[in-house]
Amino acid sequence: MSINVAAFFYLVASVLFILALRGLSSPTSARMGNIFGISGMVIAVLTTLSLAQMESLFVVLIAIAIGGGIGITMARRVEMTAMPELVAFIHSLVGLSAVLIAFSAVYDPGSYGISLTESNQLPISNSIELFIGTFIGAITFSGSVIAYGKLSGKLKSAALVFSGQHKLNLILAIIMVILGIQFTITGDWTPFILMTMIALLLGVLVIVPIGGADMPVVVSMLNSYSGWAAAGIGFSLNNNMLIIAGSLVGSSGAILSYVMCKAMNRSIINVLLGGFGGDQADTSATTSAGGEQKNHKSCGPADAAFMLTNADSVVIVPGYGMAVARAQHALKEMEELLGEEGVNVRYAIHPVAGRMPGHMNVLLAEAEVDYERVFEMEEINNELPSTDVVLVIGANDVVNPLANSDPSSPIYGMPIIEASRAKTVLIIKRSMSAGYAGIDNDLFYMDNSMMVFGDAKEVIENVIKAI
Amino acid sequence: MNTKRWASAALLGSALLYAIPSLASEGAALSPFVINLTVFVLAIFVGYYVVWNVTPALHTPLMSLTNAISGIIIIGALLSAAPDGWTPGTFMGTVAIVLASICIFAGFMVTQRMLAMFKTKKKGSRGL
Repeated sequence: MSINVAAFFYLVASVLFILALRGLSSPTSARMGNIFGISGMVIAVLTTLSLAQMESLFVVLIAIAIGGGIGITMARRVEMTAMPELVAFIHSLVGLSAVLIAFSAVYDPGSYGISLTESNQLPISNSIELFIGTFIGAITFSGSVIAYGKLSGKLKSAALVFSGQHKLNLILAIIMVILGIQFTITGDWTPFILMTMIALLLGVLVIVPIGGADMPVVVSMLNSYSGWAAAGIGFSLNNNMLIIAGSLVGSSGAILSYVMCKAMNRSIINVLLGGFGGDQADTSATTSAGGEQKNHKSCGPADAAFMLTNADSVVIVPGYGMAVARAQHALKEMEELLGEEGVNVRYAIHPVAGRMPGHMNVLLAEAEVDYERVFEMEEINNELPSTDVVLVIGANDVVNPLANSDPSSPIYGMPIIEASRAKTVLIIKRSMSAGYAGIDNDLFYMDNSMMVFGDAKEVIENVIKAI
Repeated sequence: MNTKRWASAALLGSALLYAIPSLASEGAALSPFVINLTVFVLAIFVGYYVVWNVTPALHTPLMSLTNAISGIIIIGALLSAAPDGWTPGTFMGTVAIVLASICIFAGFMVTQRMLAMFKTKKKGSRGL
């Protein structure tokens, strides 16, 4: 196949990738979107294979089969609650691949179609591009490994903050750039390898201070990086397919990071500088919790069932605590029972409910909740004042009215689901403890609020019995 | 908002700085970098507008789908893997093929699994 024909097929594949993303604008077209994506990938890979030397085909097919086998097994086995881990794991693989390809290209530029200069060196532009591709790849790799560790609980998820952190990162980044320049000029391995090591270290240092509630931002950000790494490699290999696909992924991740930050009312810089959900938040908890004694009311599952069945409209606000307790199936059963009683049950989802963007929607979909009953925060907030009962399960900060009323609160300005405006608010929670942000929640002390203490799943099951 | 503007200005600035040698060179043929940059910038714009249209309910499948798409890096690795005889270069290329295949298969497969769960009883979607 000539390069020009290949470029044409790459164009087809790129359009298919764009259509794949376009398909995700609604659940009805999304499955078709995924098929577009798969077709695009098949076309891109076949086209590339026809360009590569045929004697290597056997090795290539074995490598793809091994990777495919591992990938399919992982995709089949993963629990929906563990999606963020899988996604972080894949980011790390993309990062590592980028690094390996860059190393391979520096070792043997010829097989990538990079012609050397007269002095037998890599051309400057290729060197710079390989340097950029490598450091983005390396940061993506080590950062994602740390993120994976934090998400899967293998590492402590709390933010690790030490003094001089940002200065250290800055110094390392400067050294990295200097080494990159040295590599560009001399074409030596030593600065290239050192530069990669520093980038790996930087990836760790950048992710380590971020923890807890900020993990959705981290996952989105690494999603973006993995795309830029692919695009960077595309620049070094002069391959438009890689550049287009990489940019699509890169901008998608960037948008998701922005959406997450906005949902928490924080700037990306603020998240990157870290510390939220760590020790600093604990101190704010003690200061804001001090002061006057507040009283809350509590009731049992039977009372909750009574209130729910007598309501005309119920809005359920699930948080990650609901998923941890694996209460979504019980919740779905309760929704059906209430539906039979003529109650209009809907779900309200905050953008940061769950541990990655859209996570809660997937968890509810897994429990076979009809997606027409699931609403985004902005869609449902106006209807909450006319709602009889809001049932908050395992959510805390996202319904905290302090975000609207108390400028001194660390979450002030964060958009929330305005549960407090409903006629009655039922809150299922283990105890009165604070959420991720480490602050007290005024919603629990309001006159129209009732606490139902206990494990989310048990409480819902008891409510079902009482209905 | 301001930081975002600064970041994009810095990004654009450094890209231009990098482009100067290519822009300054007087040749009949386009430098590959200029073509790449054109494609890159346009692809970012396409990505930006397409992704803003994705419904927030599908942000997790979006992420797993982009995982699969970023496995496109496999085509970089395919160019070098084991042409004739093993060298460190071809070995790294082959490992990269395995890794990228994991991304592709796991990404598409898990997206498929998730999307299959999104169901509605009503006929005709209001396009949530």
